Amino acid sequence: MKFGVIVFPGSNCDLDAYFMVKDVLNKPVEYIWHQEKTLRGSDCVILPGGFTYGDYLRPGAIASFSPIMEAVHAFAARGGLVLGICNGFQVLLESGLLPGALYRNIHLQFRCEWTHLRVENPHLPFTAHIPPGQVLTVPVAHGDGNYFCDPETLETLKNNNQIVFRYVTPEGNLDSRANPNGSLEAIAGICNAGGNVLGMMPHPERAGESLLGSRDGQHIFQSILEYWGEGS
Amino acid sequence: MTAWKAEIQVTYKKSVLDPQGVAVEKALSALGYENVDKVRIGKYMELVLHAESEEKARMQVEEMCQRLLTNPVIEDYEYRLQAVSLERGTG
Repeated sequence: MKFGVIVFPGSNCDLDAYFMVKDVLNKPVEYIWHQEKTLRGSDCVILPGGFTYGDYLRPGAIASFSPIMEAVHAFAARGGLVLGICNGFQVLLESGLLPGALYRNIHLQFRCEWTHLRVENPHLPFTAHIPPGQVLTVPVAHGDGNYFCDPETLETLKNNNQIVFRYVTPEGNLDSRANPNGSLEAIAGICNAGGNVLGMMPHPERAGESLLGSRDGQHIFQSILEYWGEGS
Repeated sequence: MTAWKAEIQVTYKKSVLDPQGVAVEKALSALGYENVDKVRIGKYMELVLHAESEEKARMQVEEMCQRLLTNPVIEDYEYRLQAVSLERGTG
């Protein structure tokens, strides 16, 4: 299974995502510059965190029109696995691959801290190998992670099980103090109707080794490998 | 071709809480302006475009607002359009 990490001007978690795949998972991975037109045969595409185009206008707005995004749209439409992390999530929303929007954190603070995630849909290529009931410890680092959508969209997300992760306490309970940014319904990650495009604000690629404080991010990547038939 | 100047104001939709607006309202209140509410912080953009008619200019401004300049999920926009002369000293 081959991974591709898209590099936009201003991406800064591209190296982390690359390291996770190459050095932690020992799988092939390539960087893909945003001006390229193909995904170089990737089976899973990662849109990494960062501040594409300096977050000018709105986070992810300008990157969503990068040439590579045409290929990402076509790949997603064919059922290809797309994982958008942090700014990558913002790009997926701005490009219309996922519904809703992310805007300024409710308290206006940039939050860089550990969060705890409850898996709300354990039947996806990204979540099926997470031990049932396990709360994941994964860090966030963002100023614009406050998820919003209109009531109709929220209803659709719920009916289709598109809410994938929620911010919870370490014990797995909803609590406004566990929500780092004011997100609607404590949403930390959502997927498209097909379940093959996932966007999440927390950084699983920064939680790949015990040395970093948590290996829980590995469960998401191991799920992807399991789905592909290459689980360890 | 006429040159048209568009002045675009972008604000969060009424249904979206504006965290900056809330913070500024609290600060105004702390300064003694307790009769102020509904503070909204927005963005101002201006641009000049060249089009044959006002109608075409408006259509293009609308399209640009919906595709890039605003995010219709969370933002509303209003704009003013006026014909401008592009001779020096104007713009």
